[in-house]
Amino acid sequence: MTVTTASTSGDTLEPRPDLVTLTIDGVETSVPKGTLIIRAAEQLGVAVPRFCDHPLLDPVAACRMCLIEVEGMPKPQPACAVTCSDGMVVKTQMTSAVAGEAQRSVMEFLLINHPLDCPICDKGGECPLQNQAMTSGQGDTRFDGPKRTFPKPINLSAQVLLDRERCVSCARCTRFAEQIAGDPFIELLERGSQQQVGIADDVPFNSYYSGNTIQICPVGALTSAMYRFRSRPFDLASTPTACEHCASGCSLRTDSRRNAVMRRLAAVDPEVNEEWNCDKGRFAFRYLESDRRLTSPLVREGGELRPASWDEALVAAANGLKTADGKTGTVTGGRLMVEDAYAFSVFTRRVLGTNDIDFRPKGSSPEEEQFLAARVAGRGLGPTYADLEGAPAVLLVAFEPEDESPIVLLRLRKAAKAGTRVLAVAPAASRGLAKLDGTWIPSVPGSEATALQNLAPDVVDLFGQAGAVVLVGERAAASPGLLTAVGELCDRTGAALGWVPRRAGDRGALDAGLLPTLLPGGRPVADAAARVDTAAIWGAAEVPETAGRDLPTMLKAVEDREISALLMAGVQLDDLPDGAEAALRAAEFVVVLDTHDHAVVQFADVVFPVAAAPEKAGSFVNWEGRVRPSSQPLRTSLMTDARVLSVLGAEMGVAGLESDPVALMAQLEEFSGWEGARVSPPSVAGAPPDPGPGLLLATWRPLLEATHLQSGEPYLAATARAQEVWLSTGEARELGASEGDMITVTGASGSVTAPLVLAEVAAGAVVVTGNAHRALGASGVRVQVAVEGQG
Amino acid sequence: MPLTPVLSAHWDEADSYTLDGYRRHGGYDALALAFAKQPDDVIQLVKDSGLRGRGGAGFPTGMKWGFVPQGDGKPHYLVVNADESEPGACKDVPLMLANPHSLVEGVVIASYAIRANHAFIYIRGEVPHAIRRVASAVREAYAAGLLGQNILGSGFDLEVTVHAGAGAYICGEETALLDSLEGFRGQPRLKPPFPAVAGLYASPTVVNNVETIASVPSIVTNGADWYTSYGSEKSPGVKLFAVSGHVERPGIFEAPMGTTMRELLEWAGGMRKGHRLKFWVPGGSSVPLLTEEHLDVPYTYEDIAAAGSMLGTGTPMVFDETTSVTRAVTRWLEFYKHESCGKCTPCREGTYWLVDLLRRLESGVGSDDDITRINEVSAQIAGRSFCALGDAAATPFPGAMKYFADEIALGTHTAASDLYDPVAATVLAGVNA
Ligand SMILES: Cc1cc2nc3c(=O)[nH]c(=O)nc-3n(C[C@H](O)[C@H](O)[C@H](O)COP(=O)(O)O)c2cc1C
Ligand code: SF4
Ligand code: SF4
Ligand code: SF4
Ligand code: FES
Repeated sequence: MTVTTASTSGDTLEPRPDLVTLTIDGVETSVPKGTLIIRAAEQLGVAVPRFCDHPLLDPVAACRMCLIEVEGMPKPQPACAVTCSDGMVVKTQMTSAVAGEAQRSVMEFLLINHPLDCPICDKGGECPLQNQAMTSGQGDTRFDGPKRTFPKPINLSAQVLLDRERCVSCARCTRFAEQIAGDPFIELLERGSQQQVGIADDVPFNSYYSGNTIQICPVGALTSAMYRFRSRPFDLASTPTACEHCASGCSLRTDSRRNAVMRRLAAVDPEVNEEWNCDKGRFAFRYLESDRRLTSPLVREGGELRPASWDEALVAAANGLKTADGKTGTVTGGRLMVEDAYAFSVFTRRVLGTNDIDFRPKGSSPEEEQFLAARVAGRGLGPTYADLEGAPAVLLVAFEPEDESPIVLLRLRKAAKAGTRVLAVAPAASRGLAKLDGTWIPSVPGSEATALQNLAPDVVDLFGQAGAVVLVGERAAASPGLLTAVGELCDRTGAALGWVPRRAGDRGALDAGLLPTLLPGGRPVADAAARVDTAAIWGAAEVPETAGRDLPTMLKAVEDREISALLMAGVQLDDLPDGAEAALRAAEFVVVLDTHDHAVVQFADVVFPVAAAPEKAGSFVNWEGRVRPSSQPLRTSLMTDARVLSVLGAEMGVAGLESDPVALMAQLEEFSGWEGARVSPPSVAGAPPDPGPGLLLATWRPLLEATHLQSGEPYLAATARAQEVWLSTGEARELGASEGDMITVTGASGSVTAPLVLAEVAAGAVVVTGNAHRALGASGVRVQVAVEGQG
Repeated sequence: MPLTPVLSAHWDEADSYTLDGYRRHGGYDALALAFAKQPDDVIQLVKDSGLRGRGGAGFPTGMKWGFVPQGDGKPHYLVVNADESEPGACKDVPLMLANPHSLVEGVVIASYAIRANHAFIYIRGEVPHAIRRVASAVREAYAAGLLGQNILGSGFDLEVTVHAGAGAYICGEETALLDSLEGFRGQPRLKPPFPAVAGLYASPTVVNNVETIASVPSIVTNGADWYTSYGSEKSPGVKLFAVSGHVERPGIFEAPMGTTMRELLEWAGGMRKGHRLKFWVPGGSSVPLLTEEHLDVPYTYEDIAAAGSMLGTGTPMVFDETTSVTRAVTRWLEFYKHESCGKCTPCREGTYWLVDLLRRLESGVGSDDDITRINEVSAQIAGRSFCALGDAAATPFPGAMKYFADEIALGTHTAASDLYDPVAATVLAGVNA
């Protein structure tokens, strides 16, 4: 039994059994049990030099840079690996000659074989080795022998390069790959001074998270092919930004020079991405410099689009939309910042006078609209990443986090390591699920609702525990009854429900009310009080009362001549349902706001170029419902979507539409906390797929694919995973196929041929990884499978 | 002191390595005696015997066994360290060749004591003959019901796995050995947790040297008092002393602790004819060298330490006046540089630097600064490395400087080969003269 005497202050403090009290450099401090000396010293403002230490990685105590003196211990101890204990007396380099000398020795050792080619090293200027050589080294070396050299550099992957002679063997990269990403494709090889990071002969470091190793490498040993030799850190201006690529919502740091982005890094954001991001977020920004950027307005004349002045384009757009007279539909993608999305919500209701608006891509359903309106829109923050980490159990439904929201995967891995049980209702036990040590609940595409309704009682019980979370991906919309079943499961068990869409702007668009039945903040169009409320905030006489049309209905209405004009923003052909071209062609008038020239732009009558995310200040709302503010790293003469809508509104007779991002956000904020009626949740019965010939396709879009936001970055593209066909052993046997055989999967509109991987796949299903949409369609369609060359 | 052959008593019999040969002299009798005791009593017996680890560090064996938490519901493991790779150490391999059953019997008793049902014998990969001997002894033991289920009707089960290493000195370090055994690259693990709490597969594990484990059956048979009747209070018992180098009859001599080098030299037939002792290293290359003045130091942990060295593996290397001390130290450091696992900076970089400096001295192009530097660099490694390999690498040069500073200083102008004909120090000396 420990007796804690009252502290000297005179106040009797409750003794905290979970704290230990020690002295560091003569200063007494109390820290939670298990705290490492290096962290306790940091809290006192003492920076013990370090290389291998990283707060999010398990200690290795390999570099020995952090040696300090602990009274009673005969040798200097590594501060990064020894935990504090009661009564410990620690002396760092600040008060101990032994510690200072030990650190100087280690620094000298680290430098004997170091090339010291700082002038041509990417890390120069922001290098922990440079900095600590200054603080803890001795300015000169006594080593005058030949240094160890290696041919430089070698490729760990297409993107990540290694200059081995600069490596200090800190094992940060290898520990990150193993412990955080779960992609142990890099390892320390050889021994002694030949020790080096390497890969297996035929397995490159194709991890979605590989770029993080470059960032945490304490020297310039790891560099990226895309940034190597491009600039010096001291020439860069850093801007805090939010990632525009997915709904994980990473905080990034964008480094630019002469108005061009040179690189992006993960920013430290403990609540969201901790200190990591994915390679897409890190490397995919060259699209900004694409020669397909739109720089001036275009108007159609004699069947051709030609550059026009802003005045001319505004007049043309205003006339066209006025002529349509309320028969205009608005289609935005999920890539807009929330301020712009909100401006579309206002513009569509106030200027176009309609609720015909939808932000969702193809695959959406009325059931999904109801689900989102009832359970997600305007619900504010939560469940959060921290909730995942603290959850006893997490259920994944129609959601492959590694491809579809990579930071969710990292947090789930952290949770799983600490004991969270992860389960997935999925067509296959994916490698992502294996990384989570997860339990697979098999279900063919289309019958997930049934699977949820038939969950074993012990599984249901897991989700009855306080803190349990169900995460459902946007693909759930394509499986009838599934979102109904997900909602019911949460109602039944009390589990928190998280909807994880793909695109960075999806949740913001939802909160801004870009749905035909929804106003901002989760207010139903159908609710009179909600409409009055909305009109009041907008300073408008009224908002349209009739429910609008969703995207598929709008497109049909265009063909049926019930809608004559379309206003589109940030939408790509691939986002639209199959056959959308016919509707675009049939539309009498199409106005497009976009950053790039692509297929949809070619259908426009008037095109307005707009600023891309890094060219404006604004925010995204991530899957948690958390606002991710983003500052503006790049100057531009282009306007935001909101600004274009404001001037277009004025041209059409509605003056004063807000376009300042801060004011827009403040206005949207007024919509929060709605306590009135909600759209009622869907109640759609599951419709398991009819038996039929062939297998049911299961597929999801990969993290890396050839989209315009990922264009211009060949090194990143080269790390994309190769396409595979997964079959169960039984199915493969029936087909007479074995692992590695080329398999052709044929659907209604094309086929895909890729090598076979034997996997745990639900009976009757085939998984095609990579982008299979264009050729085969979405999950749930029937496909034929054959071994290549065997008819 | 007399020779006291226990482990080596019957090495001169043609079938000493077979089960029959072992049994002829009471082999495996200790097993039944051990099974008649409670496991904790076996641990107490080994504690009472004062047996200390023969792998180099001399840690009390009974105490190590006592650290294993009991009733923790986890599997326990015994791992025998048969990686013997230290330059100069050559006792475990001969023991495994000539008397492998003493090891197997010791394994069963030790496993019974710590309540392990699976034991591993990790043998260095370069000695396939020893691996084969031990493997066949294990096979014989299984066939005779001395391993496997319900051994001798005791209700105790034990599986034994013989595992070959792949040739790395560092895999003799006990935690690196465990990583290697688990199929990883052999590098030492961060401690704590210690193997006794979280060793092989994160379960309580005892790692002991071959000789340590092989000594257990004789202690069980003859009692702790018998064992402590040899040696000193702090260093009881008998030991295999492997004498190598410039002696007439290099070999293994089993004698009580406290025997002197002078006695060992006598048994080994004295120095090579016509040569004088220059220096000797009492316990493998990792300990400081001693000289003629230390010939009467009793071979106990405490006495050798008082003389400024360490008992280590108890395998003296003997060098005569044909030896260049600079050359010898350089070869040792080349070994440590080659074997450094690379994990920690002081050892990885320090051994690289030391070899560069020593080679200059060896080739006669060194400087006084280089000599100072070698001492300094050694001091910069000692006590700062991750594991004891770094400390070992920091040992030879300062040890040599203590007695041979003048000779080492010659390296600032004269190559060692000009001072000491390399051939003269080998068995080829005089062959082509
Ligand atoms: C670099 C290095 C190599 C070692 N090699 C061996 C070895 O080959 N055999 C051995 O028994 N112990 C070796 N040891 C000592 C072991 O780490 C450990 O202390 C020993 O196996 C414990 O057994 P014992 O208590 O029976 O001596 C080595 C230690 C180090 C640092
Ligand atoms: S490459 Fe960088 S991060 Fe990896 S071990 Fe070397 S120094 Fe550390
Ligand atoms: S995980 Fe998503 S938000 Fe984070 S960097 Fe990658 S694409 Fe961007
Ligand atoms: S001292 Fe360091 S580098 Fe040397 S063997 Fe031990 S851990 Fe490896
Ligand atoms: S930072 Fe502590 S040993 Fe590397």
